[in-house]
Amino acid sequence: MTQRTHRGDTAGNDAAVLDRDGLAALIAGLSAAGFSVIGPRIADGAVVLDEITDIADLPAGWRVDQAPGRVETRPADPDAPPHLFDTVLPAQGLKRYLYPPRRRLWQADRDAAGGWHLSDEDAQPPPALAFLGLRPCELAAVAVQDRVFLEGPYADSDYAARRRRAVLIAVNCTRAAATCFCASMGTGPRATAGYDLALTEIPDPDAPRFLAEAGSDRGRALLADLPQRSADPTDRAAADAATAEATRQMDPANGGRAMIGDVADLLRRTLDHPHWDRVAERCLGCTNCTLVCPTCFCATVEDETTLDGATATRWRRWDSCFAVGFSYMHGGSVRREMSARYRQWMTHKLAHWHDQFGVSGCVGCGRCIAWCPVGIDITAEAQAIAASEER
Amino acid sequence: MARSAPHDAKPDGDRRAPKRPKLAVWKFSSCDGCQLSLLDCEDELLAVAEAVEIAYFLEATRARIRGPYDVSLVEGSITTPDDIRRIQKIRGQSRLLVTIGACATAGGIQALRNFARIHDFVTAVYPTPHYIETLATSTPIHDYVPVDLELRGCPIDKHQLLELLSALLNGRAPVLPTHAVCVECKMRGVPCVAVAKGAPCLGPVTQAGCGALCPAVGRACYGCFGPQESPNCSALAATLKAGGLERRQIAHAFRSFNAGAEAFRRESEVHD
Repeated sequence: MTQRTHRGDTAGNDAAVLDRDGLAALIAGLSAAGFSVIGPRIADGAVVLDEITDIADLPAGWRVDQAPGRVETRPADPDAPPHLFDTVLPAQGLKRYLYPPRRRLWQADRDAAGGWHLSDEDAQPPPALAFLGLRPCELAAVAVQDRVFLEGPYADSDYAARRRRAVLIAVNCTRAAATCFCASMGTGPRATAGYDLALTEIPDPDAPRFLAEAGSDRGRALLADLPQRSADPTDRAAADAATAEATRQMDPANGGRAMIGDVADLLRRTLDHPHWDRVAERCLGCTNCTLVCPTCFCATVEDETTLDGATATRWRRWDSCFAVGFSYMHGGSVRREMSARYRQWMTHKLAHWHDQFGVSGCVGCGRCIAWCPVGIDITAEAQAIAASEER
Repeated sequence: MARSAPHDAKPDGDRRAPKRPKLAVWKFSSCDGCQLSLLDCEDELLAVAEAVEIAYFLEATRARIRGPYDVSLVEGSITTPDDIRRIQKIRGQSRLLVTIGACATAGGIQALRNFARIHDFVTAVYPTPHYIETLATSTPIHDYVPVDLELRGCPIDKHQLLELLSALLNGRAPVLPTHAVCVECKMRGVPCVAVAKGAPCLGPVTQAGCGALCPAVGRACYGCFGPQESPNCSALAATLKAGGLERRQIAHAFRSFNAGAEAFRRESEVHD
């Protein structure tokens, strides 16, 4: 961002209140600074992350409800409070922007003398993207992917460049879908880190507004430039109450969803449990859970040539541990049985991820539950294994 | 498949044209749609014609060059005794035999006859049934001769066809994934039509390759690329049933262009 002059009342303060004009100014300001603003939009009967240019592009007046294997996107009740962000999670998170489904690794062109010229993909500047409306679980997922892609001896330079440039503007959750379980994973419903700005929507019919908190210098600079007023105790109390409601909804005591405690240890000692075969009877092996998961990062590499052999291209594309070919080695695939593939995914996500990256691979977003065509439920499978162990 | 690639032969600027592989396109019981995918290559068609010698392709030219052929693309299913003789002859003349499309790889829509009595059809359709010499079934090419590679689809995808030709010409393995269509939906960012709309989508049990053509326009996949590598059709059928599909509708969903493919055939018979 370029040098800013402070206009807001709370310039220098980390929390402020924005009305919808303030949010519109945020979108306009990011656009003016050269960012494409990526936020939730209604498309194809669902909510997707896509470019927005105006506050009118946001899913105002829409509501999303989720259950295992079902995501319903519909206009909200006419007398519901005026939400801009009542659509819980988009079908896919920002993974596809920071870690694109298909990316050229290099291209080789044959020159007239018969030599080869190799492209330098890292010379391409990454797109300037500002994400608006990220849920706390998605911020947590970005933190997980940061560990995967940025730490250790083999950092992913493309991810690093995209990540460095991205502006992350969160919207705290004030309603949990029936598939959400971030509270039990310690990743939500209120963002505590990893954002430039975090907004909490206060859907007051008389004064719809957002409590805005800056979490970085870039966020502070963005906020300072917006029409705003300082946050008073009423605003903070309203925001606290709104996110507390999401926590309450996820509490199993209220019929909410949670991941069982000590799931990593449970899975480490139940690798031969018969329940894996029972899941396999239902599992389609379709890969949907892995591809909507905001932390799953597996990929394969494919080569492409032109017919005349003058150009060869190597691509990286998303792959999944549910594909038989994913575990292909000399002589065949290692995980041919569906039970072996489901177990690989769930135990990696919830147990072995800790060993590999020092953190759980699950952030409790519930996408794998909602977007599984047969509604397989990772929290219920964990519970079933735990319950049978107790018997 | 790994013959020395024509393009690798002369990097030193030798002007002699390398010997182009001879390509033949054959038709059995089919609608010709798959072989037309070759003509549909449009932008790439001239490059294809330069890279291979089109030796036999009746949809494009009446000129015929005698075999043997380096590559034979075979469209259509086997439905007559004469088909059996002809495919064996073609196999004998072809270094590589690639079947293209649902008819050649699974028997096609005409494999619906496999679930009925052929005599009933013949007498219902033809005024003089005794002129008709036909087999009781429509079956894929691989039931009769060894097949080197299959391209699925009704029709095939032209990008897969070009990928196949490019791989053959450059001496590398073609990239033809056998996982589910769902991978292509997710890569395109298409929200799942089964989950978001309750559409009776066969994508989870169907092999990729079309680029998620139907879901990308909001339609359920109807399985024209046939079963994926490890299809769990009974689990999908249970979900279709829970979504309100009747037994007969489930049978019909699995019994279309790939009715003869083993996994789809078995599931359709469960719901007969």
